[in-house]
Amino acid sequence: MTDSRLDQIIGNLLRVGVVTAAAVVAWGGARYLLRTGQTRPDYHAFHPEVRGLHSLGVLPLPQAIIMIGLLILIATPVARVVFSLVAFAMERDRAYVVITLIVLVVLLYSLGTSWL
Amino acid sequence: MDVLAFSLAVFSASLLAGFLGALTGLGGGVIVTPVLTLLLNVDIHYAMGASLVSVIATSSGAAAAYVKEGFANVRVGMFLEIATTLGAVAGAHLTALVPGSGLAILFGAVLLYSAWHSLNAPPDHPDGPTDPLAARLRLNGSYPGPGGTVQYHVQRVKAGFSLMFSAGVLSGLLGIGSGAMKVIAMDQFMRIPFKVSTTTSNFMIGVTAAASAGIYLSHGYIEPGLAMPVMLGVLTGSLAGARLLAGAHIKALRLVFAGVIGLLAIEMIYNGIRGGMQ
Repeated sequence: MTDSRLDQIIGNLLRVGVVTAAAVVAWGGARYLLRTGQTRPDYHAFHPEVRGLHSLGVLPLPQAIIMIGLLILIATPVARVVFSLVAFAMERDRAYVVITLIVLVVLLYSLGTSWL
Repeated sequence: MDVLAFSLAVFSASLLAGFLGALTGLGGGVIVTPVLTLLLNVDIHYAMGASLVSVIATSSGAAAAYVKEGFANVRVGMFLEIATTLGAVAGAHLTALVPGSGLAILFGAVLLYSAWHSLNAPPDHPDGPTDPLAARLRLNGSYPGPGGTVQYHVQRVKAGFSLMFSAGVLSGLLGIGSGAMKVIAMDQFMRIPFKVSTTTSNFMIGVTAAASAGIYLSHGYIEPGLAMPVMLGVLTGSLAGARLLAGAHIKALRLVFAGVIGLLAIEMIYNGIRGGMQ
């Protein structure tokens, strides 16, 4: 695979990820506003109730949908790195396979902390 | 103010922040946080979480176009992402130790510097000899210039890599893309052409921000009800700004915006100092 072909696919991957994430967030957002439009929001003081990914189970459905959209968004650059890893492996570019693996491990470590 | 009115206010403010972020080249994330904290009275941790999410959206959206045009250097980006992601993880963990007032002061300082830097795009430098490390890592590249393909050679790889780590720390610590510092590392230190530096930086911002995102989630900074209007607003605003940028001559406009952003930065520092003394 040529580098410019690779660039094209990465470009499309990023675009699809962002559009999907925005659509899911907007869908959840519409449901959230319809259901909770009358209550008062409070973001003035920091009291984290939504911590980590297991919060998906306790969040009301509209907020959970928004969160899933946000997770798709966060997963988009990660998917880009995974895709680059495969492409470098196919080119048998050993140095860049290692470089990309290091980046991927750091990303997975960060996402792993959100499961705790 | 009920949720509907509040969300509309946040959406409008984010739309404007994304628009200004694209026009000034600062990115929407770095403008939306002061707007949320100063105008809408949002705690800085929630503001940073929402801003980080919007940074991933705008970076990935813009990078999709740049990568296709062949400006961004994917190898340079991937290699330097080792430094930015490690820095981002360190910075994101540090947010739990630094008090909110300290974050506000640092944020204001970074914003002030970025606004000043955005007005002084440095002239392009002549291509020089390559760093042996750059040759070994195959970092040298080319881009489509007005008169055909332009080759460039990457220099001072180690210095650029170190500065990228700091850019990552700032990104994780403040929930911003820290694009300005990434561009300085590539353009001023590694001598990568300005256009390649800015597009590669944009490409890297999403991955850097994703490295902070997991830790932000675990700390509870990403609040869905707030992140929703911020992400949608900044994304829409920055797409509109990027479109306008392609056509218009906006040098005078940029000067005005940089002034406004500088004032926001000073107010943020002032509030941080006052908050820290209480």
